[in-house]
Amino acid sequence: MSVISRNVFRALIQGSQHMNKGLHTTAVNSDKNVCFAPQSISTLQASKEGHIKCTLIPGDGVGPELVYSVQEVFKAASIPVDFESFFFSEVNPTLSAPLEDVVNSIANNKICIKGILATPDFSHTGELQTLNMKLRNALDLYANVVHVKSLPNVSCRHKDVDCIIIREQTEGEYSALEHESVPGVVECLKIITAAKSERIAKFAFDYAVKMGRKKVTAVHKANIMKLGDGLFLRSCEEIAKLYPRIQFEKMIVDNCTMQMVSNPNQFDVMVTPNLYGNIVDNLASGLVGGAGVVAGASYSAECAVFEQGARHIFSGAVGKNIANPTAMLLCSANLLAHVNLHAYSKMIKNAVNKVLSDNKVRTKDLGGQSTTKDFTNAIIHSLIHT
Amino acid sequence: MAARFIKKIVPASRTGVAQYSTGVRKVTLIPGHGIGPEITVAVQKIFEAAKVPIEWDEVDVTAVRGPDGKFGIPQRAIDSVNENKIGLKGPLMTPVGKGYRSLNLALRKEFDLYANVRPCKSLDGIKTLYDNVDVVTIRENTEGEYSGIEHEIVDGVVQSIKLITEEASKRVAEFAFQFARENRRKKVTAVHKANIMRMSDGLFLRCCRDLATKYPDIKFEERYLDTVCLNMVQDPSKFDVLVMPNLYGDIMSDMCSGLVGGLGLTPSGNIGKNGALFESVHGTAPDIAGKDMANPTALLLSAIMMLRHLQLNEHADRVQNACYEVLREGKSLTGDLGGTGKCSEYTNAIISKL
Repeated sequence: MSVISRNVFRALIQGSQHMNKGLHTTAVNSDKNVCFAPQSISTLQASKEGHIKCTLIPGDGVGPELVYSVQEVFKAASIPVDFESFFFSEVNPTLSAPLEDVVNSIANNKICIKGILATPDFSHTGELQTLNMKLRNALDLYANVVHVKSLPNVSCRHKDVDCIIIREQTEGEYSALEHESVPGVVECLKIITAAKSERIAKFAFDYAVKMGRKKVTAVHKANIMKLGDGLFLRSCEEIAKLYPRIQFEKMIVDNCTMQMVSNPNQFDVMVTPNLYGNIVDNLASGLVGGAGVVAGASYSAECAVFEQGARHIFSGAVGKNIANPTAMLLCSANLLAHVNLHAYSKMIKNAVNKVLSDNKVRTKDLGGQSTTKDFTNAIIHSLIHT
Repeated sequence: MAARFIKKIVPASRTGVAQYSTGVRKVTLIPGHGIGPEITVAVQKIFEAAKVPIEWDEVDVTAVRGPDGKFGIPQRAIDSVNENKIGLKGPLMTPVGKGYRSLNLALRKEFDLYANVRPCKSLDGIKTLYDNVDVVTIRENTEGEYSGIEHEIVDGVVQSIKLITEEASKRVAEFAFQFARENRRKKVTAVHKANIMRMSDGLFLRCCRDLATKYPDIKFEERYLDTVCLNMVQDPSKFDVLVMPNLYGDIMSDMCSGLVGGLGLTPSGNIGKNGALFESVHGTAPDIAGKDMANPTALLLSAIMMLRHLQLNEHADRVQNACYEVLREGKSLTGDLGGTGKCSEYTNAIISKL
């Protein structure tokens, strides 16, 4: 396997050298012209021989600390991934890299690992769109997947939670279309389209098939928003007909949250419009130990951005060295699996499981006193090459 | 009608309070459908035994075809609530199909019930995974995502409008702070998503901030909806009174009910300009209707809330203590709480504890 890939990458190397030069000029999409390798392999950028290039956005809050932890682990395990780092932030606009650069980098590398971006209540320029929304729209990262699974030795009220939440994240309430008709009266538009609803439904069913799941639950509020959520629900029903082996179920969002806190084990795969996905993601993350332990990913047809499942910047912990890097490490393991480096991915996952099972090193959110650094070191010591 | 008109022109922050007297109060009773009649009888029996000074005015709200050809609430029910200004309501079933408006929505609109209050408190004897819950959710009831303004612009593209107004936001924020003060609560949390919906939720948030300055004795904090969801399931004791727009309130209130044992145990009150309506928010449970198996707790707790609203606090305490004690003993619980008791046995157990 490695011999083949090495040969391929040798073929690629010429192109990527052009790439590296071109990166700081305008010819960011030049790989399409200089690439000799078949398309399927050229989707991953190679910088050094056999190395994979990955965009890295540290984010705000504790993001940089968590990302640093990932980098340390990658270094210790000598994982062949080179990071292309961009400081990208909405709360710090003067230092932030331009959106186009970041988008181009992700579009080229096809993979990205990202800390959480803070979204303030108002923007400096009076815009309604947040930076997160802009990035998602620019790359068309339409599907957010959060796999919520109970971890060993993370004490929670609920046991054996294992569900996948798939959220549409390019329309709905997050369309940033608002206006004040007269002073004191604000209208906010929620857009639901058949095309995007069908796309996310298809993604959810495909994902369920791929992961060997049995059931897909559509979460909606079609009893109140009869047209909008009704359209979403109808789209899901249409797609469900194409997958007769997967059970399809619908649930109203308020009932869903109630069921989630009383009996989360009934859920398998869930597909939701934008806002409800945000709610269910966070709720489910809370059930298994909080924002520090749940990994997530956003997918477009082309690229994948790996980020925490519950997006909180945890600003109270900045610089205190107490944040839990578990979620970020699991993200990185998922990233490695995504680029077919399964051995490395397993290595990190096993290390995380071992450290949690040993129950000696745990960060503050899991009831321990260890620092982020301690946890990272424990992971590094538990890395076993298979 | 004249009374109603006067009500409208006389500004009052909380109507209804002024008219309390020591005499017997008349209360509109809407038994509802399914298990509704059984559980209302249970509540009536308990109140009678506790000698609560309330006279019930029972009305039926089964939809009738009005002069405009649409189905709606019968005039007699409307008149009764308008006269009494206070009501207790069992679960209603809205027939599925065209031409029917949700009766719950119709009642809400008719009486301009702008704030929905749901106290969720862990009850002794009811085992859930959470044992330290004591939150009150206050939900704006008239606008937001439930404005009902939607249209399909072109085929396959739907636009729903969420409406937030300063007037309604201020009204519900004021109610929340007032409620917190009257019930000796410490903190009000505004739940919002102003980082995403910067103008609409921003307006709601600004209104809450404005009102917070008028209530310096109550602590005020603002939290994002997702943060509240995450923290609520990890540690519900972080929260006290929550105030939020319509949809968030709908979701959070049901979720909080889930923390304490479900809709069968949580009371609910709707407060409006023209009166107040207390109700149980669970379904009509047609499968067990008429079998003496229903659990009247939610309606009973709602009725207790109503007594407090009428400032009949002594009676409220008496009934509440009896109810809590029966739940704590856990002997005559109904089927939904894991017991084998009948509705009537449960009722009698509460009466014997009064």
